[in-house]
Amino acid sequence: MPTLEQTTDEVLNLAASHFKVPRAELSPADDFYRKLGIDSLQALELLTRLENHFGVELPDYEVQGVSDFQTLASRIQARL
Amino acid sequence: MTEHRGKALSWSIVNGVVEVELHLAPCNEIGTAMLADLERIQHALPELEQRAGALILYSSRKEGFSAGADLRELYAGSLRTSERERLAGVRDFLTRIHGVLNALDASPLTTIAAVQGVCFGGGFELALACDLIVADKMARFAFPELRLGLIPGFGGIPRLRRDAGNGVVRDLLLTGRSINATKAQSAGLVSQVAGEGEALRVARATAAQTLKFDRATSAAAKRFAKPIPLEELRREIDLFCELFARPAVMEGLRKFVESTDAHPYLP
Repeated sequence: MPTLEQTTDEVLNLAASHFKVPRAELSPADDFYRKLGIDSLQALELLTRLENHFGVELPDYEVQGVSDFQTLASRIQARL
Repeated sequence: MTEHRGKALSWSIVNGVVEVELHLAPCNEIGTAMLADLERIQHALPELEQRAGALILYSSRKEGFSAGADLRELYAGSLRTSERERLAGVRDFLTRIHGVLNALDASPLTTIAAVQGVCFGGGFELALACDLIVADKMARFAFPELRLGLIPGFGGIPRLRRDAGNGVVRDLLLTGRSINATKAQSAGLVSQVAGEGEALRVARATAAQTLKFDRATSAAAKRFAKPIPLEELRREIDLFCELFARPAVMEGLRKFVESTDAHPYLP
């Protein structure tokens, strides 16, 4: 099983690739709504991208209130 | 009318298939404009059924297939009317949209919803009226109505119950959560999962395959395999109207419409 650090890194890679932002500009503690400039529909896109990539189900109520990459990664980690 | 270009949707016949494009900004919300165009297609169905063998519903809006009922229009309209008119208006709207979806459900055409992006509430109900749902792997499905103090009102629960197990039905309804295409396929709601941007292509290939068979046989198979739960659909309208009459619903609508929350689509 990957470590939380590895999962966080994959989340950052996916977010950078999906929203076409340089990976180097993203950090685990960043607020992804602000940093990526996304709305809730785009957040759902990210959620779907993450579910497809990690092969997990991530109910949106579990990520409600989550806005930083590392906590998002920890929610995924809990389902791996 | 074998071709139509409307405000909310357009259709034409391509290779024996009626292709219906939903194109109302921002995300094909179902309000009076969409309903009027859907009724046009409902009335054109008898002629289309003579000229085509299948029908594909798809969206050209990048945001998705449909974000559901037009809650902003519903709320604004409700503010201008008395409570009695408001309830009568909602019942009339529901009766009309049920007429459209029941006609689509019963059509001898093989109907396919090609879904990408958001497919929420009324949009999901529109897709569920089709025989097959082909979903882009980035599609997302949800029934978020309970957060407004309502149930799905466009035939969602009866059609969901027809297609999915009760565990999934209750999960979707009672949590309001959204699910992806793979989960929706494992739940029996989606027939095929397509790659990103490929749902329409897959739907076209599927429609072409269905055209190989005798139409009368296909229509008979559809009628047998997909009975329309008319009694439940009627009861759904009554229950929706009963719930809609409560003051909490207007408050829920007001909160949604006036919200400056950046995350209105997260239940």
